[in-house]
Parts: sequence; structure tokens; C-alpha cells
Amino acid sequence: MGIFNIIRRVTAPLLVGVALLLSVPAHAVLPDEVLPDPKLEARARELSQELRCMVCQNQSIDDSDAPLARDLRLLVRDRLKAGDSDSQVLAFLVARYGEFVLMRPVFSWRNALLWGTPAIVLLLGGGAAVVAWRRRRTDAKELTALTPEEEARVQTLLAGQPDPGGRDGA
Amino acid sequence: MIAELGQYALILALALALVQMVVPAWGAAKDDAVLMGVAAPVALAVLGFVTFAFGALVAVYVTSDFSVVNVVENSHSQMPLVYKITSTWGNHEGSMMLWVFVLAVFAGMVALFGSNLPDRLKANALAVQGAIASAFLGFILLTSNPFLRMIPAPAEGRDLNPVLQDPGLAIHPPLLYLGYVGLSIAFSFAMAALIEGRIDAAWARWVRPWTLAAWLFLTLGIAMGSYWAYYELGWGGWWFWDPVENASLMPWLAATALLHSAVVMEKRDALKIWTILLAILAFSLSLIGTFLVRSGVLTSVHAFASDPTRGVFILGILTLFIGGGLLMFALRAGELRQGGLFAPVSREGALVFNNLFLTAATASVFVGTLYPLALEALTDAKITVGPPFFNLTFGGLMLPLVFAMPFGPLLAWKRGDLLGVAQRLTLAAGFAVIAGVVTAAAEGGPVLAAVAIGLAVFIMAGALTDIVERAGIGRVSAPVAWARLRGLPRSTFGTAVAHFGVGVCLIGIVSETTWSLERIASVKLGDTITIGTRDLTFARIENRAGANFTARTAIFEIRSGGLSQGTVEASRRMFAARQMATTESGIRTFGFSQLYLSMGEEETNGAVSVRVTWKPLVTLIWLGAVVMALGGGLSLADRRLRVGAPKPARRRAAAPVAAE
Repeated sequence: MGIFNIIRRVTAPLLVGVALLLSVPAHAVLPDEVLPDPKLEARARELSQELRCMVCQNQSIDDSDAPLARDLRLLVRDRLKAGDSDSQVLAFLVARYGEFVLMRPVFSWRNALLWGTPAIVLLLGGGAAVVAWRRRRTDAKELTALTPEEEARVQTLLAGQPDPGGRDGA
Repeated sequence: MIAELGQYALILALALALVQMVVPAWGAAKDDAVLMGVAAPVALAVLGFVTFAFGALVAVYVTSDFSVVNVVENSHSQMPLVYKITSTWGNHEGSMMLWVFVLAVFAGMVALFGSNLPDRLKANALAVQGAIASAFLGFILLTSNPFLRMIPAPAEGRDLNPVLQDPGLAIHPPLLYLGYVGLSIAFSFAMAALIEGRIDAAWARWVRPWTLAAWLFLTLGIAMGSYWAYYELGWGGWWFWDPVENASLMPWLAATALLHSAVVMEKRDALKIWTILLAILAFSLSLIGTFLVRSGVLTSVHAFASDPTRGVFILGILTLFIGGGLLMFALRAGELRQGGLFAPVSREGALVFNNLFLTAATASVFVGTLYPLALEALTDAKITVGPPFFNLTFGGLMLPLVFAMPFGPLLAWKRGDLLGVAQRLTLAAGFAVIAGVVTAAAEGGPVLAAVAIGLAVFIMAGALTDIVERAGIGRVSAPVAWARLRGLPRSTFGTAVAHFGVGVCLIGIVSETTWSLERIASVKLGDTITIGTRDLTFARIENRAGANFTARTAIFEIRSGGLSQGTVEASRRMFAARQMATTESGIRTFGFSQLYLSMGEEETNGAVSVRVTWKPLVTLIWLGAVVMALGGGLSLADRRLRVGAPKPARRRAAAPVAAE
């Protein structure tokens, strides 16, 4: 772990994408792990992508070739063979390793801000845009509205009478 | 000696950057033309010294001077020359040098090409650039000196991390940094505008080419990084939602928003305050990205706490510039006069919609990246925010955005006719429906993927509709349409091409994630794996030697329908210096699709575990990004936006063009 930390801290900054895998070349799922039943195997792969390899940097157990990830992949397959549903498998792993193991954070009050961000920003941003737009519109109306004197002048002009307030009246 | 000269040049650069920060700003405040005039030559001098220092660092790497600690830690005498050069920035100290070098280049360009900027704006902008340069030069000299000596010098270096010994390192970081740092120009101009308390449409025209250039580099840099990760890491993933990736995506999203809001400001004199804020935020996100990857805070909050010198220094820089920027904004934004009015359904309205969703997407990525860190720091609870979260939130925000994309350019300024635009997009929608139905029929689902393909086609056809409509193709005679087409400003083509690229990219993403095929198998010589329509036969395995590694290479023959399609090779490389192995994936491109082979361990009985993946249309993901960047380049080539040429082209004013 220590050495990976050092390698990562030295090099990660540059490397979008490459950084997280500095450990070892990955060859995650091995042939001997694959379940004979393709349906069950497909479920295992999908579940694997939802589970974190806890000793890795942001890697799912499906992507990681760490020994722990392999153990977890085998564990997931064992549970599936035993007839667990997907949610039962996830619940089993959460009970064992905590919420940290889940790639998809749970919907809970603790994560409300996390999941709520898109909606909050859209609502606040949209609200601000509407308020700003309305204010600008009323401001503009006030600017363009005529004073009573101007209004009276317009009326006299429209009535075809000489303009008493006209600057070029001479 | 070279190292000492390099360090000396760096110190001189810092001293001059401080001058660049103080003197022009003082001159602008006192309206003294002589003091303001100091800005340009000093910025060029800083560029000169930083270039010298950077060159000195490259020189000690090229000559494998193992008396320099940085070279010892990241280089090896047997590395090929190109990797000796690129390893200069394949480490913390060197990459900060690259950062500062790019920063100095941008400031130098403003100094050189900004001769027709108003004096005060130019002086203040260069002063802010000087402040940023001072902060980062100080950071390098005080915490990350790349020129430290090691005595006695070891005979050999510890080699560059093998994963980095790749042409990708020559291209990806420089592009990314050109993007990150390019946004500092928008920031500096925003600060200069706030200091003066005055901003107009011309400001947007000056800032736009810089933002466009930064965006273009960032787009290419991210795409390059993605492709590098794809071929280097061995399992064919191209985006991982890793914090380091997110750190580059956030400035990209903000820069995309900024490009669009600056259009409104330039054409309609509206959205000024928001554009200024975006300029500040975009560079702030670049700085936050730098902090995230530089401080070690990503590894864990605790790793950061154990050696916080660098982290705290960058955090200080961060607080100073983001805090200072936002404070100036809070104090001065109210003085900026707003311009043109518009109805909600209008080109302006569409661009506000764009900005709203891009901002929400940026915020989601930001919160998703930092939430686990904040939660751990505050409550000690550990959670993971992984790809499923980002796919759901980010994807959910992108869908309405890309759906609205074809409508925007077709709407009129001030007050648009949504129904009319929808009618003009009927043909594009027709193509989209056909594409969706054909996809569903050919692939048999899933429905959502077929809909997404339809959406991608809608975007592409919609982008072309804009050009067709403006040229009047089909409505006027061919010669007139041709003349109109030629008369369209390049930025119009830029918009269409960039939007088209988004559609291309979307097709690649949907296709790769939905219809990839994968085979994992343990094979012996002569064994055959069938994937899709192709058979791969394990032909032979060889030992090969590189300059500083040895490799085991597995060679597979590809046959399709009985016809040979050549071979594909995958190998594992062993680097002796670091005792590390890397995989070299075997990739064969067929049309836009790729066959991807990676090799695992060899077993004692001679069998090799391999993973073969068929990735349909996968290359469109990166080609789409290249097309987007091409659109950016076209816009940049528009006369109206040419760097340092704020005067609009009147040359074609008489042409029968209904542009914009």
C-alpha cells in the first residue's frame, strides 16, 4: 500500500485515467472464476461493477486484479450459486464491509446533499434566472415608460396640435 | 552547473513576476502609461527566464545527470531519448515546471498580441497573470525544487514508472496543461474588468479566443488521456470517473459553459455578470484540480495530513485566488451594467439553458468527487462515490442538454419561434427515428440504447440543418446557396462541427457500453476463441527485448468467415529497474470498431489467460472529441475572433448573408 501511495502521489497528477491503475497491469476476471451458467455469470459481472475493491484506488472488483478483489468476486459467485438475489448479495457485503464497499452510494439522509446536487443546482439556478429575467424586464419597463408630461405631449402631438414643449418649436 | 543556472533563472523569474504583478496594477490605478507599459516587456522577460529554467531541466534529463535528485528518481540512462525528455514532466516537480512554463507562454502571448487592448485592461490582466505566476514559482522554489542535487551522485537512476513510458506522456500532459492554464487568461481578464468596474461586448471578444483555445486543448488533452488509459491499462475502459479524471472534466465543463455565455455577451451585451463569474469559476476549477492531484488529498484525507507542506501551500494559493476572485466579484459585480433584453424562448434563452445544465453537471461532478473526502473528514464515515453515481447524475443532466442542442443555433436572438425551429428540425428528427428503429431491429435492443442512438443522430443531423438553413440549400438556386455557404462566418461552421462531434462521441459511448462482446479464456497454442464473427487462433508466443524491458508476446491469427485478417499481438513487459510489469494490449481496428486483446498470467502448463473484447464503434468516442476540437479550431480561425484583432471583419458585409 505504501509504495503505491508514493507512486501515485508522484505520478497521478499528470495522468488522467492512467493514474488509478498504477498498481499492476490489470487482468481482473480470470477464466477459472467464470460460472458455467451464463445468466448467473452476467449477474455476477454486473454486481462486481457495483462493488469496490477496498484496497484499491477507486476500482471495482470487476476491474481490479488485487487478491482481495478476486476473493470478493468468488464470494459474490458463491452467494449467487446459493440462490441469493442481487440485493441480498449486496446486503451481505455491506453487512460485512460497510457502506464503503458500494460503488453506488445509498439513498440516505447522510447522502442527501450528494444525490440532491443536480436538482438543487437546477432549481436554484433556474430560480435565479427567472428572478433576474423578471427584474430586468421591470427595470426596462420603468426606463421606457413615459412621464405624465411626456404622455400629455404625445397626446397633443397625436391630436395634430402644435407642440408647446418642442425644443425646435421656433 | 546547468541545474544551478536553471534554479537561478527560476528565482529571477519569480522576482520579475512580482514586478509584473505590482507595477502595471499600480500604473493602472494612477493612470500612468509608463508604469502600465512595464507589463508587456516584463511578462516576456518572465517567459524568457522560465523557458530557460524549463530547458535546463530538460537538459539534465536528456544528459541523465544523476546528481540531480529529480532525475535519479524518474529517469534511467537506458531509456529511449523521447522518454528521457517526457519524464521531465512525468513527476510532481517537473509537471509543476511545465505548468508554470505554459502559464508564462500564455502571459507572453497576451503581451505580444494584445497591442490593441485598452492599456488599463491589458496592464491589469497581465498584473493578475503576474500574481498567479509568482504564487506558483514560489511554490516550486519553496516546496518542489526540481534542481536539488544529490551528493554523491548514484551511478544509475530509478527509472520512470513503466506505465508512463509511452508516447501518451509526450502529448497528454502538455495538452491538458495548455487547457488548464489557458483558462487563467479568462480569469485575469475577468479580474481586470472587475478592477476597472467596466465591461462591454468587446471584452467578450477579447476573451473568447483565449477561452476557445484553452477549451480546444482541454478537449484534446482529455480525449488523449482517455485513449491512453484505454490502450495502456489492459482492460479497455476509457473513462473511470476517477477523481483525477474529474479534476480535468470540471474545468472542461465550466469552459464549455463560458464559451457559450460569452457568445451572448458578445452579440447581445447580456449575461455579463454571469460570464464574469464563470470565468472566475472555470480557472478556480483548474486550480482545485491542481490541488486535488498535487496535495495527496485524493489518496486519503489522512495521507494529506501526514505530509501537508505542499498541500497547504496550494490550498493557500487556492484560497487567495478563488477567494480573492469571488470577493472582487461580490464587491464589483453590482456596478456592471446589464445589456440587451430577451424573451425566454430565444437564442439567449437556449444558451442560458445550456449554462444551467452544464453548471449543474459541473456541480454534480464536484460534489461527487469531494463528498467522500468531506464526509470522512467530518464524520469519519467512509463511503464510495463510484461510476454508477456519476453515470446516473451526469448522464441524466446531459440528456436534456444534448436534446436541446440542435434547437439553440436555429433560434433567433431576442425572441425565437420554438415551433418554427421544431418544424425545421423535422428532417433531422426523421433521420433520428430511422436510426433508432434500424438500431433496434439490427441489435434487438435494449430500447434505451436505440433511443440514445436516435438522439445522437438527431444532434448530428440538427447540426447540419443549421448550415443547410443558413445557406438556403433547397430553397434558393445552387449558385446562390453556394455563395451563401462561402459567406457564412467560420464560427457558424465551428458551432455546427463541434455539435456534430458531440453526436459522434455519443454514438461511440452508447455502442461501446451496450454492444461490446467479451471472452475470457485460458488458451493453449492452437486453441481458438470465437468472438462475434471472428475466430482468434493462438499461433505462437515469443520473447522480445526492448531498450529497457523484456517482453512475452502472444500472437493470435484472426480469421473471419474463413478469410485471414492478419494477426493481433498482446504482450506483458517486465521492467527490471523497477521490477514492474505492464501489459501492452493488442488492438486491431476494423472500420470504427476495435478488437482488443489483453494477456494475463502464463500458467505452468503453458496456457495463457486472455481477455478478448469486441468494441463496436469505440473509436467514435475519441474521434467525436477530435471533431469537437476541430469545430473549436474553425471558430478560432474566424476573423472576428482572431487573437489581437478585435475589429470585426466588414469585408463581407455586402454579401447576402443571413448569418447570426
